[in-house]
Amino acid sequence: MPETSPVNSPDRSVLLDHVSIRFGNFTAVDNANLKINSGEFFSFLGPSGCGKTTLLRCISGFSDPTEGRVLIGAKDMKGVGPNKRPTALIFQHLALFPLMSVADNIAFPLEVRGVSKKERRRKAEELLDMIALPGIGDKKVSELSGGQKQRVAIARALAVQPDILLLDEPLSALDLKLRQHMRTELRAIQQQVGVTFIYITHDQGEALTMSDRVAVMSKGVIEQVGAPDQIYNRPRSSFVASFVGENNALKGVVKRQSEDMAALETPMGTFEARVGGGRKYKPGDEALLFVRPEQLVPGQAENAFQATLSRQEFEGATNHVFARAGDTELRVSMVNAGLAGSVGSKGDTLSLGFAPMNATILPVGQIASEA
Amino acid sequence: MKHLTQAYRALANRHGLGAALFVAIAVTLWVVVFITLPQLSMLDYSFRFNLPADQIGTDADHYTLSNFHSFFFNADGSLNTLDLVILGRTLLAAAIVTLIDVLICYPIAYILAHGAKGVAARLMVIGLILPYWINEILRAFAFRVLFGATGVVNTVGMQMGLWDVPVDFIRADVALYFGLSYAYILLMIFPMYNAIEALDHTQVEAARDMGAPLWRVHWRVVLPIAKPGIVSGATMVFMLTAGALAAPQILGGPSNLWFTQVIYQWFNESSNWPRGSAYAVVLLLTCISFVLLMMRVFKVSVGEIGK
Repeated sequence: MPETSPVNSPDRSVLLDHVSIRFGNFTAVDNANLKINSGEFFSFLGPSGCGKTTLLRCISGFSDPTEGRVLIGAKDMKGVGPNKRPTALIFQHLALFPLMSVADNIAFPLEVRGVSKKERRRKAEELLDMIALPGIGDKKVSELSGGQKQRVAIARALAVQPDILLLDEPLSALDLKLRQHMRTELRAIQQQVGVTFIYITHDQGEALTMSDRVAVMSKGVIEQVGAPDQIYNRPRSSFVASFVGENNALKGVVKRQSEDMAALETPMGTFEARVGGGRKYKPGDEALLFVRPEQLVPGQAENAFQATLSRQEFEGATNHVFARAGDTELRVSMVNAGLAGSVGSKGDTLSLGFAPMNATILPVGQIASEA
Repeated sequence: MKHLTQAYRALANRHGLGAALFVAIAVTLWVVVFITLPQLSMLDYSFRFNLPADQIGTDADHYTLSNFHSFFFNADGSLNTLDLVILGRTLLAAAIVTLIDVLICYPIAYILAHGAKGVAARLMVIGLILPYWINEILRAFAFRVLFGATGVVNTVGMQMGLWDVPVDFIRADVALYFGLSYAYILLMIFPMYNAIEALDHTQVEAARDMGAPLWRVHWRVVLPIAKPGIVSGATMVFMLTAGALAAPQILGGPSNLWFTQVIYQWFNESSNWPRGSAYAVVLLLTCISFVLLMMRVFKVSVGEIGK
């Protein structure tokens, strides 16, 4: 594996310089402008059709931007084909070669570069050790399990030590347990090899747990870039607030704003909350207040209101409680207190509240639909 | 037999007795009447003397190897080089035609399966099929006209100053090779297309992404997938080319006989059906052996061809 020495490690950054990609009248990516740092685990998160795969294919060299530039290691990649870029792409369905053995698959990039057969074999064994699958080199791809295929694909992509590893939803075909295990493993491999990982996913759990930074995309636009906790706690748009994690949205009218706090008048009452994205509102402006289910706390004095328990979804550690206040149904997450505690039953009145810092006021905009 | 009965019973249960009966009759007709019986009678003929009608059924009418003997040896005991060379040349020519078709059809099949989309793909298929609405003999004659002394090829070539006197493409067998390569091109393209279409296109992209130049992508990724299709198509083209009669008759040079023409002569001009049958059996057996040999060389099983 590449020994990453901090002294003269190569520039593994990617710069998207005002990149737009259009197909006819359809804009798949609209003015993406960001820098992915060398050695970073960076995710593009968004629903299907948001343009994230298009952007990934553009970075890997399968398509060119209609406008703007893609720079890898500060070099303009215009006209450089996918086979000439220092990137390796792991496809959604992995694209392992079914008629080659596992070792031949892993060593294919080396074969391309004219490495001798013996050396290829040695390198393949080494990579198989790295992914903790020693001795399966002579197996056929079809004999591997989903997780093994996954790891073989990673080994193949890392065989020629790319600067950038691009991953297109590679975990989507795995079952839940394996997916969670592979998250940890991918992150560990990334730390080990020091390569820049650019990860595409519609699964926020993957994006938040693995990444150093996340870019949330919607309809070709990058809505927000930031560390996972920033994305989750400080959404800058209604789309980010509603797409990442669960959120309750309350519509209302701004009554007053002071610095980064504001009061919003809603049918359920007037609530104090943090202003998201550093925006300025005039009294009378329409806005949305987002408060997460786990921030709605029974008995909280600030921003208190009454609601009626309408139904519950029990999910082990968490109890998802749905409470109705006027026309609005709110989602409340409660930690399962076990046999010692009870959240009540249908029809009970709940006294809820939330800390002003833990709710965000955002302009009325696109709300991510369920699922 | 047990499997067969089972299969028919399952068919009758699912689709009714009528459907099962139809399938049973059609398959039996196909296998017995159209394939087995004619070949058997041909085989039977090949072991008999060419007798006048009044001697058939008499003591003189018994089995003999003389027809096969006279394919391999002349009356004086020397090797029958005339017929052997014609057979050898026919097989060689058929092999070359097959190779040409593989080379022409592979890119077409690949583009059809992975490059062309929607209207373009449909136009391509129609363009490939349309010429086959025209009768085979007519197409052969078209090539004769094309390659004749005053044909399009000679006219264009001479006007461009590539050569001064008309080239005799017919005598040089150029027209024949063109005609035969063209004749069975569809039988090569479609099995190849079938095989290549099964390839997940991301594998091509993955190979490209890993730095493979185009030739290696095809050699290591596409060709292995296409192989059964190529062999299947090559088998058909080879068999049909070796057994072609119209194109060699019309486009062949006057000095070069195709083996089928020799068979034809024994049947029709010499009225010696037993000798003709023996030659046909020889052609069939050599072709089958050749194909089996090639399948061994390229490590393809019969089962894969059926896919």
